[in-house]
Order: sequence, then C-alpha cells, then structure tokens
Amino acid sequence: MSVSDLSCLTRHTDGGRVLVDDLGKRYGGAAGVDAVAGVSLDIAPGEFVAVVGASGCGKSTLLRILAGFEAPTSGTVEVGGRPVTRPGPDRGVVFQDYGLFPWLTVAENVRFGLRQRGTPRRRAGQIADAFIEVVGLTRFADRFPGELSGGMQQRVAIARVLANDPAVLLMDEPFGALDALTRTQMQHELRRLYREAGTTVVFVTHSIEEAVYLADRVVVMTGGAAKGVPGHITEVFPVLLGDDRDVNAADFNALERAISERVHAG
Amino acid sequence: MSSPTTGRSAAAGRAALGFGVLAGIVGLWHLGVRGQWVLVFDIKMAFLPEPAQVARLLWDFAFGGVFDDAFSGTLWQHLWASTGRVLAGFGLAAALAIPLGVLMGRYRLVHAAFDPAVNLFRPIPATAWVPLILLIIGFGSQATIFLITLSAFFPILLNTVAAVREVPPRLVEAAQMLGTSRANVLLKVVVPASTPGIVSGLRIGLGLAWVILVLGESNGIEWGLGSMITLAREQVRTDRVVVGMIVIGLAGFLSDRILLHGLRGIFRRRPLVRAT
Repeated sequence: MSVSDLSCLTRHTDGGRVLVDDLGKRYGGAAGVDAVAGVSLDIAPGEFVAVVGASGCGKSTLLRILAGFEAPTSGTVEVGGRPVTRPGPDRGVVFQDYGLFPWLTVAENVRFGLRQRGTPRRRAGQIADAFIEVVGLTRFADRFPGELSGGMQQRVAIARVLANDPAVLLMDEPFGALDALTRTQMQHELRRLYREAGTTVVFVTHSIEEAVYLADRVVVMTGGAAKGVPGHITEVFPVLLGDDRDVNAADFNALERAISERVHAG
Repeated sequence: MSSPTTGRSAAAGRAALGFGVLAGIVGLWHLGVRGQWVLVFDIKMAFLPEPAQVARLLWDFAFGGVFDDAFSGTLWQHLWASTGRVLAGFGLAAALAIPLGVLMGRYRLVHAAFDPAVNLFRPIPATAWVPLILLIIGFGSQATIFLITLSAFFPILLNTVAAVREVPPRLVEAAQMLGTSRANVLLKVVVPASTPGIVSGLRIGLGLAWVILVLGESNGIEWGLGSMITLAREQVRTDRVVVGMIVIGLAGFLSDRILLHGLRGIFRRRPLVRAT
C-alpha cells in the first residue's frame, strides 16, 4: 500500500508553507546570549528543506521554535498562514530519541494522536494499521517500543506523525542514533514516503551527505552562542540533482564539498 | 538473554538460597534458646520460646485442636479485622497522595503551596501522634485507620512527586505535538509514565501500614493482630507475641506480593512496574 492510497483514510492536508521572519532567540534575559538571530526562511508547500551546521549553531533551536516547544524572543514564525504559538498537530515532530510512549504498543502509539483529536476508535485503528503497513511493521503492531530496534522505533515514530496528517513534518536529526546501514535504509524510505505524502519537511541534520540526498534545498547555519556570534543562515544551496540521487556521483560530491566548505568556514 | 530453562533453574537456585538463610536463622534461634545464649544488647535467648513450640502454637492459633483455649483458632478473625484496617487506611492514603503527588510534581504552584506543610508534618513519627489521637479520636478502629493513613500517605506522596518530576520532557512534547489536550497530557502521559515510581511508593506505604497497625491496635481493640500481641505481652506470653509477629510479617509479605502481582495482572506486558 502506498501513502497516496491512504488519502481516503486521512483528511490529507496539503503541505503547509513555512514562513520565518527575522527570528531571534535569546536565553537568559536581556543580558543573556543569543542562540539565533536574524533567521529568515520561506519554505514552499511540499518542499523538503534540510538544515545543516555544526553543533550549537542553533539549527535545533530553530526546529523547536517551529514546533512551538519554545517561543522566539524576536521575529515571527508562520506555518500554513497561522502564527506558531504552541505545539499542534499541524506540525508533526520526529525526534532523534523517538519519543514513543513505552507503555503503549506500536498500534496504540500510532493511534494516539488520532484518538486525542477525536477520531472514532474504529477509524483511528484503520488509519493506524495502514500507516504501520507503510513503514513495514504490521507484524510488530502489538509489540512495545522497548522490544524493537532503534530503526524500527523510528519507523513507528514516523508512522505516528504521518497518521496524524500534519501539514509540516519537523525532523530533528531523526537518524542520528542509528547505525550506518539502518540510516541509509531509513533515508531511502523517507524519500519514498515524502514523495507520496506531499507534506512540507524541515529536516535538521549534521550529515551533509544526508541533507544533499534528501532535500530540495540545503540551509547552512553557522555561528552559535559558543562562537560569540548568534546562529544565523550563511547560505542556502538548491539541490538540482533530480529524484534518483547517487551519493557516489560526481555532481553529488561536488555539491557536498561546496556545502561542507561553507559549514566549516563558519 | 538466558533461555527459559536456565532462567527458571537460576530462579529456583536463588529461592533455595533464600530458604537456606531462613532455615539458618531458625536453627540458630533453636540452638540459642537451648544453650541460653546471651547476645549483644543483653538479649537473653533463654527467655524466648523454642521454634518448635512457636510452630505448634501457630498451628493452634490458625486451626485449633492443640490447646483448645480462648486463643485457639482465632487467627483468621484477628487477621480479617487487621486486614480491613490496613486496606482502609492504605486505600485512603493512596486516594489522597497519588492525585496530590501528580499535581505537586507537575505544577510548580501546587508544589510551592503544599511542600512546606508536607515537610513539616512528614518527620512527625506515628508514635508521636498516638497521644493526641487518643485524645481527639479515642481508642479504637478509627484511630488505627487514621494512623495507618497518616503513615502510608507520605511515602506514596513523595514517590509520586519524584516519579512525575522524572517523566522525560520528550514524552510531554510528543503528546503536545500530536494535539493532546492539557488534561490528557496529565492523564494519558504523565500518569502512566510515572506509574513505576508510584507503584514503588504504594509498596512502601503498604509495608508501613502493617508496621503501624500494631501501634494503632494496641489500645481499645478486641479483634486484631496488634491487640492480640498487646494482650500476650500483658500476660507475659512470649510465645504468643512471637506468633503474632510471624503472622504480621507473613501478612505484610503476602499483601506486597498480591499488590505487585495484581498490578502486573492488570498491566500485563506493559512496562509499568519496575522489574524486581
């Protein structure tokens, strides 16, 4: 079953536009430190944008503000035309550490958001089953997260947010805790899911290769509180490599190198 | 991970070890009484009944037919009365402490409001409450239940507060981004996530309930293991005191097992109770 077949089960929200304008985040009051400053970004509906940068450059802070977990100290953030003030089901988040509920089975985890938003039990069950099938975990539907490998848990987390039909998918180093082989496999699956689901994706990673493999545009952030300069966007690279990307191709490597130089130039 | 067979035989081995230590204690007790040992703290073993004598008395206490006096066969009636008080006091403590603990653990304001009062009342031992309770409640069942509630309340409360505070913020964020209401974040995420800690608090509270039982039942109660022990002491019947102690120990042990396995039965494979 493909995700497009699932559109009859969900309301299938179209991807949302993400508009970030002159965003700033300061920790510790007036005399505190600026984690990010002057960040502006316009992400088209259905676009896949990767944000790369060294540790502490503020890329995760940006994502947490988009999610509504943290409030900006200056600037504005809009998703789907509405200002972001708190977390909401229009913005599904996939965390590096999965954030699954350990006392719920795989099926119950995937149903959770639907049930909380008032979807009737039967229908929520059908939608959850369909998304569990999409991520290939039907045989594990009645298992608990603690009984699954990291890669499987992250598949559950992705199914959980996709079942909730978000306009934007926010992913914070989602494959950072996985081994190299699983990571490659998950990247491959995510590309397939993304093409079928049509949501907007903001994907934070420190792997440039991952960013180039997945994204339509790669945003490079540098600086950060530790560097004495607030985290900011230095450059945005469009990725014009088509749909079938080969990590060993010359143009792929050239782009990867160009982005890497920009990241490390600071 | 060990295979089921080796796991089971290892468990059997551990059980055998535990029974071995128990048997050793009983053996030393027997030898000490026979040899009239005097131990540290001036413990005069000669004043103790022998294990075999206690076993016979325990049998008579439970089933009668050995001595056939007023004591014979009355265990169940004492145990029934005591269990009722333990359950009432423990149940009331849990019903008060868990909701308060969840709110104190989750909301700073509730914590700020109740924390000073909790810390002021908590160090007052149950024994210090007894004179006041006798004056304002009087002897009897109600005073006992009140004492048990008071004693079981604090460990349940403190464990609940600690468990709620240790709930990973990530789980709350996950619930929020899925569109969960504030009330359901508390009920569907914070409460289950803190359940292992709450259960630990319940087990400590239930154990304390049996400890405090003897104190509460030592005044103005006809039926109850505590009153039975108190009467035996007044009659200088060391053997009956020891029998009463053994029954309370067993009752406390069994109630803990029942609580734990009852909860495991409800939760089934859900990881909501800490492995022991």
